Amino acid sequence: MIHVVLHDAKDTVAVAVVEGIQAGTELNAWIMDEDKTIQVIAKQPIPIGHKVALRDMEVGETVFKYGIDIGKVVAPIKAGDHAHVHNIKTKRW
Amino acid sequence: MSVIDQNTTFWGYRRDNGRVGVRNHVIILPLDDLSNAAAEAVAVAIKGTMAIPHPYGRLQFGPDLDLHFRTLIGAGSNPNVAAVVVIGIEDGWTKKVVDGIAKTGKPVVGFGIEGHGDHDTIMRASKAAKEFVHYATALHRVECPISDLWISTKCGESDTTSGCGANPTVGNAFDKLHPLGTTLLFGETSELTGGEHIVAARCANDTVRSDFMKMFDRYQGMIDRWKTTDLSESQPTKGNIAGGLTTIEEKALGNIQKIGKKCTVDGVLDKAEEPTHPGLWFMDSSSAAAEMVTLCAAAGYVVHFFPTGQGNVIGNPIVPVIKLCANPRTVRLMSEHMDVDCSGLLQRELTLDQTGDKLLENMLQTINGRWTAAETLGHREFVLTRIHESA
Repeated sequence: MIHVVLHDAKDTVAVAVVEGIQAGTELNAWIMDEDKTIQVIAKQPIPIGHKVALRDMEVGETVFKYGIDIGKVVAPIKAGDHAHVHNIKTKRW
Repeated sequence: MSVIDQNTTFWGYRRDNGRVGVRNHVIILPLDDLSNAAAEAVAVAIKGTMAIPHPYGRLQFGPDLDLHFRTLIGAGSNPNVAAVVVIGIEDGWTKKVVDGIAKTGKPVVGFGIEGHGDHDTIMRASKAAKEFVHYATALHRVECPISDLWISTKCGESDTTSGCGANPTVGNAFDKLHPLGTTLLFGETSELTGGEHIVAARCANDTVRSDFMKMFDRYQGMIDRWKTTDLSESQPTKGNIAGGLTTIEEKALGNIQKIGKKCTVDGVLDKAEEPTHPGLWFMDSSSAAAEMVTLCAAAGYVVHFFPTGQGNVIGNPIVPVIKLCANPRTVRLMSEHMDVDCSGLLQRELTLDQTGDKLLENMLQTINGRWTAAETLGHREFVLTRIHESA
């Protein structure tokens, strides 16, 4: 079963495509462009559609999705954390 | 081997100006807010007509007024419309809309309320509407090549499954439609923020590219002038955020999936402006769903792909709006709104080619007459885009 998907191997976040991901759930992460799967363990509940961090990230770092810059880290993130508006913000406005 | 190729045909209404529609509406079109009551009364009196009430139409000026006329004339001119009765508070501007629609060759007539009153206007307009219904119901669909089809797209209440699933499905369908000589459209200017360089790179030539960047920069300038925050909760919306979208860049990259991997961007349009040749067009437009779909209809597009994540329920009075969704939770909880379920894509049960074909199969059924979910549910959102305050 696929739990989360990412587009490009460069991505630092992946999207939950199933409901019920809790802290401790071992996640199968499907890299869509390469049709490969990697593993990550959720550290927090991840609602369906929300993102999980694939590695540790520091404040100011760029977040990658679709292989492209989608914003900056504004609070420290650990691999497996829920990644959303509390720790990532736009660079544009 | 796709569901469509250069020999694909569909059954549509060929109008006097050569354009092909996939619906056959007789509409009662108010010029302004004051005429809504009379328009709605005519639609009750004469079955087989549809009133399209809306606010605005008084004391607009400048480009705002131009857009108002362009939108109303465009809606009446849309090939999905067989005939139009226009009602306005006064005769002058009513005639302007009538004359604009008359250029298509379709039956159109207008009535002004001043000097007559609602009752007399309703009577005169009803007599005309009745004749138009007899005319429209006598028309037949004829076989037309797929290249006669104009398709627009906009996504709404997106979440991350839109960018991963529903939007790439539209992109796959667009990649298959583009080489067949169809006329396509995408827009939502602000929602390209973070991915505008990708769209610019897909522009067919330098002229298109520079026109696109001008539109994009103008929209950015407007946002910079008026914003008070980083637009959190406006763009992305609360619904987007609840669904998991975090930044405008992330939303933009998901949005851009709709233009596929191969389509070039062949032209740039202002709001409600009609394209002049086949290909994929970018229209400067808001990301507000009803505003944008209304603009697509005004530009002459006859069917619309609307990918959603959290469950946007929008329809349009003139254009069938096809809903597709890759979020299994939304498909389950809001099933009555969904036309194409692509959630299998995110469990690797379906490939992108398969969901693209699923969408195209639904499109063929829809343009041949099958009603979309939004049509059965009575969603007829018709919303005018405003540029500035009225005088």
